[in-house]
Amino acid sequence: MTTTPLDPRAGAGGGVSSRRRQRLTSQLVAWAFIAPVVLYLVFFYAYPLVRNLDLSFRDYTLASFITGNADWAGLNNYIAVLQDASFAPAILNTAVFTLGSILFQFAIGLALAVFFFRRFPLSGTLRALFLVPWLLPLLVSASIWSWMLNSESGIVNAGIQALGGPQINWLTSPQWALVSVLIANIWIGIPFNLVILYSGLQNISADVYEAASLDGANAWQTFWRITFPLLRPVSAITILLGLVYTLKVFDIIWIMTKGGPGDASTTLAIWSYRLGFGGGTPELSPAAAVGNLLIVIAFVFGLIYIRLQRRVDPS
Amino acid sequence: MTKRLINTGIGVILTAVMLFPLYWMVNVSLTQPDRLRKDPPDLFPVNPTFAGYERVISDQLPYLLTSFVVGIGAVVLTIALSAPAAYALAQLRPRGRTVLNFVLLIAQMIPSIIMAMGFYLIFSTWGLLNTIPGMILADSTLAVPFGVLIFTAFMAGIPDELISAAKIDGAGAWRTFRSVVLPISRNSLVTVALFTFLWAWSDFIFASTINRGGDLQPITIGIYRYIGNNTQDWNAIMATAVVASIPAALLLIIAQRYVAAGVTAGAVKD
Repeated sequence: MTTTPLDPRAGAGGGVSSRRRQRLTSQLVAWAFIAPVVLYLVFFYAYPLVRNLDLSFRDYTLASFITGNADWAGLNNYIAVLQDASFAPAILNTAVFTLGSILFQFAIGLALAVFFFRRFPLSGTLRALFLVPWLLPLLVSASIWSWMLNSESGIVNAGIQALGGPQINWLTSPQWALVSVLIANIWIGIPFNLVILYSGLQNISADVYEAASLDGANAWQTFWRITFPLLRPVSAITILLGLVYTLKVFDIIWIMTKGGPGDASTTLAIWSYRLGFGGGTPELSPAAAVGNLLIVIAFVFGLIYIRLQRRVDPS
Repeated sequence: MTKRLINTGIGVILTAVMLFPLYWMVNVSLTQPDRLRKDPPDLFPVNPTFAGYERVISDQLPYLLTSFVVGIGAVVLTIALSAPAAYALAQLRPRGRTVLNFVLLIAQMIPSIIMAMGFYLIFSTWGLLNTIPGMILADSTLAVPFGVLIFTAFMAGIPDELISAAKIDGAGAWRTFRSVVLPISRNSLVTVALFTFLWAWSDFIFASTINRGGDLQPITIGIYRYIGNNTQDWNAIMATAVVASIPAALLLIIAQRYVAAGVTAGAVKD
């Protein structure tokens, strides 16, 4: 809104205050546009998180749902979780699952990105088809892999046995369950890595490659001396985003193995869900405590990601 | 030339390997139930059956409908919340925008299992458990921060001349937003809408926590029930999976470039 000339304060002396008023008005307008999202963030992000935090410090039982009261438990839930027999396997599985997924997704995604960057007939179409696994509902992907990895009737074992290998109990044996969910998760994550790394390749100037080929560099040297170093910022972001996403993975493991057998493929996310919603008496307070441990780990990597992204793109 | 064709050949093989699980889903969905346990399994649907798809139509239609309604609701809510906010962040220079951007980035990183538990408690007090509005609200949290970030990136690129021209014509901020900014932002609207729908459609964790007992359950729960109840029935499970994948397939066919744009914009701003 502009001040009208009729405004008595719009003279020489009133210039500053009317400008300030104008700035205030435009700030108010801007915040009117933002207010719905801020309210939304308060009610549907902050509030659930606070309730979750509160839950983890209380002893919430089924009766609490009816009465609305739960006794204060202090750090008891956290202590119980840390001393639980599932704690060590859950941490270890989370680490193996996350690092294993990232390592293979990134390596395969990068190799594919470099390959598709050669631009041959159909390269665009094939690259688009590679996105499909990433767009499928996770539940669908997990179901497909469950059946493919089925011990007796799965195609994977059929292939292995055709080559003279043994029958592997992918989903039901302690030493293979985690590997099974890893394979499925790597498959789902490859497209994401491919697309981001491909866009990173597009941002590398063609001049650099031209200079390298003039200097007689072969493909191998070009990759290690030029592509890989110049791709480092994008790689760092891809890996960190991958870390944050993989820590959250729940659907795939729950559908394929439910975290079992025993704790063989239980991650923190699975453990938290199993405590709260896995059937039996819901133990919401310990579930919340496990969830909050997970969130702390996710935030550490999240903050590193944000710092890195600022450095790459300081706008 | 031959070298490029060899590359195409390798590319086709790699794509075939990558997409084999999808082929397998379709193959199993068409396989006669009594041949499912065959060892080794049939590589092609010999004597295909559509019984699995008939089961989908008789059992799963209500679930599909719920998913559709929830998906549309989540799209509307997400755009209504994020587009105006992004306009302000990109063009109106509000104070505190750095903080808000930071909060939005952080919000994307919260594991859904934690949100699900929070929603479970809150919705049980608000009476939103097992309701469509509850599902829409929960699913929209998957997309709102993404929406704001995408819209902001796009709207920041709208030339100043367009905005000031509208201002000179006497349009207020809201008019400018509705009549100038929104129409230009069509591409980003499509991107956000597609991803929001897809995420809401694919959601399992919220559905299985805040919508455990309701009559109105989404398709992901429909498949999950099949798996839970009857692990013999993989032909029907895979038929449902095929049907549940349709939105993803459509999305890729109709809006391929938006998809790639969405993936990239989420991570690296161009």
